[in-house]
Amino acid sequence: MRTRRFHMLVSAIGLSIGLGLLAGAASDAAAQDNKKVLRFIPHAGLRITDPIITTAFMSRNHGYMIYDTLFGVDEKMQVKPQMVEKYDISGDKLTYTFVLRDGLKFHDGAPVTSKDVLASLKRWAERDTMGQKLNDYTKEWKEVDAKTFQLVLKEPYGLVLDSLGKPSSNVPFIMPARIAATPSTTNVPEEIGSGPYRFVKGEFQPGVKVVYEKNPDYKPRSEAPSFTSGGKVVKVDRVEWMTIADPQTAMNALVKGEVDIWEQPAFDLLPELKKQKDIEIRNLQPLGMNYMLRMNWLQPPLDNVKVRQAILHAIQQEDYLAAQVGDPEYYKVCGAIFGCSTPLATDAGAVGTKKADVAKAKKMLAESGYKGEKIVIMAPTDLNSINQLPLVSAPLLRAIGVNVEVQSMDWQTLVGRRAKMDPIDQGGWHIFHTAWGTADMMNPIANAGTKGLGRQGGFFGWTEDAEMEKLRDAYAREPDAAKQKAIAEAVQKRLYEMVHYIPLGEYFQPSAVRKNVKGMVASPAYVLWNIEKQ
Amino acid sequence: MLRLILSRLLAAIPVMGVVAIFVFLLLRLSPGDPAAILAGDTATPEAIAAIRADLGLDRPIPEQFITWIGQLAQGDLGKSVLSKQPVATMIGQRVEPTMSLALTTLIFAILVAVPMGILAAWKHGSWFDRGIMALSVAGFSIPVFVLGYIMVYIFSMKLDLFPAQGFASLRDGLPGFLERIALPTVTLSFIYIALFARITRTAMLEVLNEDYIRTAHAKGLKEHVVLVRHALRNAAIPIVSVIGIGFALLIGGVVITETVFNIPGIGRLVVDAVLGRDYPIIQGVILVFSGVYVLINLAIDVAYVLLDPRIRY
Repeated sequence: MRTRRFHMLVSAIGLSIGLGLLAGAASDAAAQDNKKVLRFIPHAGLRITDPIITTAFMSRNHGYMIYDTLFGVDEKMQVKPQMVEKYDISGDKLTYTFVLRDGLKFHDGAPVTSKDVLASLKRWAERDTMGQKLNDYTKEWKEVDAKTFQLVLKEPYGLVLDSLGKPSSNVPFIMPARIAATPSTTNVPEEIGSGPYRFVKGEFQPGVKVVYEKNPDYKPRSEAPSFTSGGKVVKVDRVEWMTIADPQTAMNALVKGEVDIWEQPAFDLLPELKKQKDIEIRNLQPLGMNYMLRMNWLQPPLDNVKVRQAILHAIQQEDYLAAQVGDPEYYKVCGAIFGCSTPLATDAGAVGTKKADVAKAKKMLAESGYKGEKIVIMAPTDLNSINQLPLVSAPLLRAIGVNVEVQSMDWQTLVGRRAKMDPIDQGGWHIFHTAWGTADMMNPIANAGTKGLGRQGGFFGWTEDAEMEKLRDAYAREPDAAKQKAIAEAVQKRLYEMVHYIPLGEYFQPSAVRKNVKGMVASPAYVLWNIEKQ
Repeated sequence: MLRLILSRLLAAIPVMGVVAIFVFLLLRLSPGDPAAILAGDTATPEAIAAIRADLGLDRPIPEQFITWIGQLAQGDLGKSVLSKQPVATMIGQRVEPTMSLALTTLIFAILVAVPMGILAAWKHGSWFDRGIMALSVAGFSIPVFVLGYIMVYIFSMKLDLFPAQGFASLRDGLPGFLERIALPTVTLSFIYIALFARITRTAMLEVLNEDYIRTAHAKGLKEHVVLVRHALRNAAIPIVSVIGIGFALLIGGVVITETVFNIPGIGRLVVDAVLGRDYPIIQGVILVFSGVYVLINLAIDVAYVLLDPRIRY
């Protein structure tokens, strides 16, 4: 009996040790496995997988995961070749010849050819502001051979490379020709690119989860990564985008290590996140974002430039930034319309950046002939990133005597309504506020707010300004950077003079990242290559 | 019984028809434009019009309705405007988390609330009874999101016993499933425990005053036999009704719990679809769930017949 008990004891101890070792090994394996999976909370759920049909940043960031681009930009905003091996510009600046890198392959195994590039650029140029402008100057795109293609211009155009290396929406991503043949008003049927990650269709849950796997066939460039250019080296096997709608839940998940990166933590949670020993707050989008107040030039009394100018003088940026962002560490008062730290940054013509001039605004309003007509401000209550802005505008405008009506609605109602040119009593509007990434407004062509095309091709608000269009064209034609800058300054002065929109300051949306996540690349778009978990 | 089931299923057809017309019209008359949402910030009026035409939203509303009904007749709920995924697939992806949460909540709530209600009725007027009623009031009063955050703070962030968020499918293993569903289940159960316990107590109190219960006591039957076999069985009709209604409310009302615990269920799908004006998803979910509600009501009626043979339809 004693021997039997002893044997049982030994067996029990042996089993315990064995199970313990197995558990330890499993735990090590899980930890190792965990290092190869990057879990990321994006700023919203991905629903539209076509980065050409929409300008949504989610779709753009998804695009950078699975597609590649002909050119990228570095941290000095210099355009650098990406899929392109080399390019040549003819002496008359009318012909651009591009040669693709060797070994570029789509995720379905097909090689990337000139045909694919031309089809992709055609589709992109139908939707994108800079693409449309490039189209205006294009005589033809020509396929020379499988790896070589040419752009022939009608006249010299200074923004060819800037257009093809555009870092933000819509990015000229390269797709297989058969997919790029999809009309630009229809979502692409497949998510096949030649980029550093492959889209895992079987695990895609729109708005909930997106899974990407490392593309083993991807050949990164040898240069160090810089913004959207350089080597896109993938150091994890799998990236999971997990949408977490509730900010508190997202913070809990990050603190517990259930996720690695939170793209856009709410500003009011940043102090709490900073206290966490395993978490860092990093600014990965150094160009920042910009708030704007947009007026509808079709609606009286805002069709009167004097009323718009009066409103411009009633505005001071600090009020908006303090209300919406709060912490001055994350915002900048600045009148530049092409970004406060970009090559075209200037304060020329800026009004209302530091201090409103209420007395002057009142006087201007009185002289404008304004008769107390109601001005409707659309206020999106559900969009936390801009929902305070209309609430700041209302008292500032009332202070100079404007009859303001703030109409609350959800953002998508606003998006539908801002496209309406109808009078106010038929669902029209006067003012809305929005935010733009600096990368989307870095020059007069990219910045849709400067368009002077009115009803035909203008941005919501339909500013019609022939003089502005002349300036934009002059900028587009000008190949010399110094002269371009002078024209951009004139554009900015004109914008303030006619009040195309009112810049409300720049802000930076930092990310919260676990400290063991290394190698993240700062960029105007959110990119997830070069990252490893230690 | 078969006749009851068949007649109820046939009666559901016009109900769902009315739901379909109502939902379709309501969505078309509400503000917002999926084409403008898709087109994005720099869209020109021409681009928005082209997308609207591509989605078929430029056609007259009766024509759109007939097209949709035609698809439905073929069992096709359509495709999401934004993601282009089939609506049936999207609902299929989201049903499991919601149904799992609803069922675990229902089971947990019944297991806790019914005994509580029985005991409270049995010890009517005692401190135990008052304690149960106080808990019941608390269950009704604490908002589910507050309770959710408290649960996460204590059991996940402080004690590290459960994950802070997320859902794991039962197909991937029972332990993982239970680990993720436990906190949301307990959170969501509170209000249903309160409701079921109160109803059970009230129904039991009525029955416990009946003559046949006194007779059962006089026969010398044990207390638990009297309570469960004689009293509970006769008090079951209102309890089953409330549980059935509770289940229907659960399916439609888990959105806050889904948000707090990041569970990708039907509630989140509908909220996102409403915010994105994704008409086919909203229509599909409402139609499917109107069918589910019809089935739940049918199940309640069947349960009545089984519990009380005197009931005839």
